[in-house]
Amino acid sequence: MKLVVLVKQVPNTTRVKLDPKTGNLIREGLESIVNPDDLHALEAALGIKEETGGTVTALSMGPPQAVDALTQAIGMGADKGILLCDRAFAGADTWATSLTLSRAIRKLGEVDLIICGHQAIDGDTAQIGPQVADWLGLAQATYVKEIEHLTPADPDKPGKPGEIIVKRRLENGVERLACQLPALVTVIKELNQPRYAHMERLITACTDKADILVWNAADIGVNTCDVGLEGSNTHVIKTFTPNFKRQKEILEGSRQEVVAELFDRLKKSDTTLSGKFQGRPS
Amino acid sequence: MTIWIDQDNCDGCKRCQRVCPYEGIALMDGVARVTDRCTSCGACVEVCKNEAITSDITPRAVPDFSEHKGVWVFAEQTDGVLADVGLELLGKARELARDLNETVSAVLMGQDVAGLCDTLAVHGADTIYLVQDPLLKEYRTIAHANVMETLVNNYKPSILLIGATALGRDLAPRVSRRVGSGLTADCTELSIDVDENTEGSKILWQTRPAFGGNIMATIANRYSRPQMATVRPGVMEKTIVENVNAEIIRISPTLNEGDIKTRILERVKELPKGTDITQANVIVAGGRGIKGKEGFEMLGKLAALLGGELACTRLIVEQGIMAQGSQVGQTGKTVRPEIYIACGISGAIQHRAGMMGSRYIIAINTDPGAPIFDVANWGIVGDVHEIVPEMIAQLSQKGSLS
Ligand SMILES: Cc1cc2nc3c(=O)[nH]c(=O)nc-3n(C[C@H](O)[C@H](O)[C@H](O)COP(=O)(O)OP(=O)(O)OC[C@H]3O[C@@H](n4cnc5c(N)ncnc54)[C@H](O)[C@@H]3O)c2cc1C
Ligand SMILES: Nc1ncnc2c1ncn2[C@@H]1O[C@H](COP(=O)(O)O)[C@@H](O)[C@H]1O
Repeated sequence: MKLVVLVKQVPNTTRVKLDPKTGNLIREGLESIVNPDDLHALEAALGIKEETGGTVTALSMGPPQAVDALTQAIGMGADKGILLCDRAFAGADTWATSLTLSRAIRKLGEVDLIICGHQAIDGDTAQIGPQVADWLGLAQATYVKEIEHLTPADPDKPGKPGEIIVKRRLENGVERLACQLPALVTVIKELNQPRYAHMERLITACTDKADILVWNAADIGVNTCDVGLEGSNTHVIKTFTPNFKRQKEILEGSRQEVVAELFDRLKKSDTTLSGKFQGRPS
Repeated sequence: MTIWIDQDNCDGCKRCQRVCPYEGIALMDGVARVTDRCTSCGACVEVCKNEAITSDITPRAVPDFSEHKGVWVFAEQTDGVLADVGLELLGKARELARDLNETVSAVLMGQDVAGLCDTLAVHGADTIYLVQDPLLKEYRTIAHANVMETLVNNYKPSILLIGATALGRDLAPRVSRRVGSGLTADCTELSIDVDENTEGSKILWQTRPAFGGNIMATIANRYSRPQMATVRPGVMEKTIVENVNAEIIRISPTLNEGDIKTRILERVKELPKGTDITQANVIVAGGRGIKGKEGFEMLGKLAALLGGELACTRLIVEQGIMAQGSQVGQTGKTVRPEIYIACGISGAIQHRAGMMGSRYIIAINTDPGAPIFDVANWGIVGDVHEIVPEMIAQLSQKGSLS
């Protein structure tokens, strides 16, 4: 089995701090991590490799420092890493990102299964997986919480594709889906428990001996006008700190008084529920 | 592509810095400088009144979209039941269509679903594209994407809205890739605005949270149609239209089982535990300030007296006191009740993200500095274990409670 895992390096948004004066994001010192869902994608690929044999390639598009994400992937057990890195890729929306990733996958030749995270915590779009699948014309399974079974195509039976059977987590239940290989699946955290990186592997992964390639736009044969900001259809026109402020009237007095005051406000308000607060006690 | 700033002509007015969406400009020694975050988008070039900023970017031409008209909504249905989010989007679509002076259409796919057309009309669809086929009985990505692609290419809508449900998030990106258009996920606000860059044409402004809800970004799609966005359930409001008279356009798709590449083996319904807080009129929500299960029982009494539901913050779910389905916030549910009573909740941004659409917000917290007060209409600084029993007592004294 030839497996490809899409990994993204993201800022740890759970530790984001805002500048109290300007309300802007303080980006300095924001640590970078491998997108949490992608660790589950890696774990899934490594598990399949252990069962059926094959290779796991970790693929990432990002700035030069995103190589750290690939190092970690190799530390966990991936065979090799490829970083798509070019100034022309910067500022890409999901359309341009998915085009770039899918061209790189094409260059890898025949791939049986692509696994990616359900969503990345910096954008939360969950679009890259389905879009990559579409560029490549593959079947997809999103929200995968369990990989039940996987049968690679049998070379003795041409015309009969291999299949992956998964369970998908939906709002009101679970769907069991059979998907023709090659396919793309996006996985959620429920799927598995990612392993830790192996110390020795991690150390080798950090040296020049590591099997990490860096490809630019020319290497994957894309025009710079089709990728990055230029190839994007959507553009950020402004960012702002949400202003949710309301009147913030703090009610004062004894316990009885504040509650009575509150109910009085609600009674006089235009809610359809004001009747609930009728008959204020004396 | 590069941006240059002529330092001699820069008077440090910061306009470029303010307009830059990427923090690509920083002020150093009173003059603007390009930082390594610059993506050469060129937003700064236009706003500089001293013409101190130049670039070698050739402005991208905006294609002629005059053929593209109408606001479309994907009407998600499963087993013949419409998802609420589609109806909510029809409400928003009407607003957008009014500003554009265009009409609203719903796209309904399935097998034997014609009976749902009336509901779509009542909620605001002027036109319904009804696509029925045995292969559309259950949702399968490629089948539905194929149909949507054909419809979009044939009828050329200007805007296409899809619910950010599990189904919608599976379908929308594939359609966007097919039709060559941008897609903005999980929008919390949609509006029509005049685009200065394209000689005053009207475009869709799509606002969504970014960086874990810490900032909001407004996104536009200038260069492709339809302008596609997904919206999470509960964010927009349904409307009811009178004098309903929708046109139904029936379409027979050409689908082949062989192209679809997936088979559904089984669907197991797991009803979400507890009640649906997104439908509640009153929500009494508890955070870490509430002591254990007994504390939540007390809140439950208050909720019951008001005919409302109980909800909570993520920490409470993590402590195993309440189920995930009761969590409000960025990684939980978005709710918009008439009254939201936040008890012992600090008001972290991720929590606020899910409850800001509430009509009235009431906060009870011992800490007068808790951020929840900033977003409250009325606040009570005090211990919930004293205030809530008092609320219960005062409500119970009244005879008029229904
Ligand atoms: C990526 C990400 C996603 C997240 N998503 C969500 C989400 O969807 N929903 C969510 O809720 N959180 C979410 N969180 C967590 C969020 O950041 C906060 O940690 C959480 O909302 C805080 O919950 P809390 O208000 O219950 O607890 P705390 O922040 O600990 O606040 C407790 C409050 O209770 C007050 N208090 C204590 N005792 C009393 C008393 N006796 N009477 C009155 N007041 C009292 C305290 O003054 C304090 O303000 C997310 C976090 C991350 C990083
Ligand atoms: N720049 C990228 N490089 C590699 N993989 C990515 C990149 N962006 C997104 N992905 C993959 O797509 C998934 C969903 O990301 P998103 O659509 O951005 O929420 C992630 O979990 C990754 O597996």
